[in-house]
Amino acid sequence: MIEPFIIRAIIAGVGIAIIAGAIGCFVVWRKMAYFGDSLAHSALLGVALGLVMGISTNLGTIIICSLFAVVLIWLQQKKILATDTLLGILAHSALSVGMVTLSLLEQSIDLHSYLFGDILAVSSAEIYFILFGGFFVLIFLYFNWSSFVLMTIDEKLAKAEGINIVFYQLLIMLLMTVVVAVSFKIVGLLLITSLLIIPAAAARQLANSPEKMAIISSLLAVLSVAIGVYSSLYLDTPSGPSIVVASTIIFITISVFSFIFKKNN
Amino acid sequence: MPSLIQAKDLCVTRHNKIILENVFIDVKKKDFITIIGPNGAGKSIFLECLMGSFIPDSGKIKRKDNLSVGYIPQNFSPESSMPISVERFLTLKKKFIPQELLNISKETNISGILDKNLANLSGGELQKVLLARSLLNNPELLILDEPAQNLDIKNQLNFYNLLNRIYKNRDISILMVSHDLHMVMSSTRKVVCLYHHVCCSGEPQIVAKDPEFISLFGNDMAKMMSVYQHTHNHSHQEILND
Repeated sequence: MIEPFIIRAIIAGVGIAIIAGAIGCFVVWRKMAYFGDSLAHSALLGVALGLVMGISTNLGTIIICSLFAVVLIWLQQKKILATDTLLGILAHSALSVGMVTLSLLEQSIDLHSYLFGDILAVSSAEIYFILFGGFFVLIFLYFNWSSFVLMTIDEKLAKAEGINIVFYQLLIMLLMTVVVAVSFKIVGLLLITSLLIIPAAAARQLANSPEKMAIISSLLAVLSVAIGVYSSLYLDTPSGPSIVVASTIIFITISVFSFIFKKNN
Repeated sequence: MPSLIQAKDLCVTRHNKIILENVFIDVKKKDFITIIGPNGAGKSIFLECLMGSFIPDSGKIKRKDNLSVGYIPQNFSPESSMPISVERFLTLKKKFIPQELLNISKETNISGILDKNLANLSGGELQKVLLARSLLNNPELLILDEPAQNLDIKNQLNFYNLLNRIYKNRDISILMVSHDLHMVMSSTRKVVCLYHHVCCSGEPQIVAKDPEFISLFGNDMAKMMSVYQHTHNHSHQEILND
């Protein structure tokens, strides 16, 4: 008999892996790794906001992360500071404000599980949150796929062919916000970027089209999560790092094989 | 000849700097117009205004009904982390018949590289692929933003030769930003010299003698233009055969 908490962990893990794998391709293509990392850092402020306002921490995370993305785009338009400087300021100030707020609250929280993830403590409510969020992300990706891909290849060309660049930039940031919000409790906010990037980078070496890269990336992410959850259960290792270790091993294996067989495109 | 695009009194101001001031143009059927001008003269924004992807602060743009435009952007360099074949790129967000893709591939000499990864192409191949893509809806007007900017001389001549062939064989108008004077002089019927405003326009040799052109580009440039003009009948055949 499998314990319900294990089933919950598997459903949550697979759901997150599928969306993270697909969105991860855009993170790689559009060089948004640092953005994803910063978004994840600001998630802790979202948790603090959720606790202070007495709303769900998931909702708090979505609000703060969306705000983060909007403020970033607004500051980027000003062109006063470089994007990585802006991200550094926003990410670490959000993380710090979050930490200070959390420490002032009477409530005790398990900080370690926020930083490194705890897939085995996933509640049923969180499963719905993941499935709903994942569905939302996949639907938007599916229906805007060609526009996203064309815009990623060349923004000027996409703009000339009638694609609203600012809208799609916002949309992809919003989708990343959802992915971070639904997955940071499981993977941990320090490690989300790796779940986004490593499977996509491994998939790049096997794929010859953007669609295949996204699908392979999702499959590799599912495999990583499965191995990670398994070792988390039976070896009692923290779930986030276990997932990342698994995906790293997969990445290295694929890299070595594609190097040997010169399959590299 | 009927007009495809007419622009009048276009004005764009950004950060208190005048980018375009009362700029005008009239692109007619079968026109081949080259816009020249120094860097930062507002050429790219002007093209964007004409295509409708940038809204000018004031001015009028009249486009022929259902005008189809093909566009080649400046500095195209695809991201190598995305695996995508030439064929997939050509057809991305495009509606066409398969036969059309075959014909255009032949027309632009890219039949042999359709399976290649877009990121692995040479500069010359990339420009031909962009040209092929821009031709896919059978456009009445091609807009090119410094199409040969990053090519070496041989590839530049190849590209312009191809463009000339397309212009001759198709019922198409061309509007191009270019700094390549030999091309401007040998093919263009009309030159528009733009420096925030239209300094002068007309046939190349007339533009070359315009005082405003000479003050903007210097005497040497004007001399070069007229040198090219005198020899514009010479052939590049020995270099162009690839």
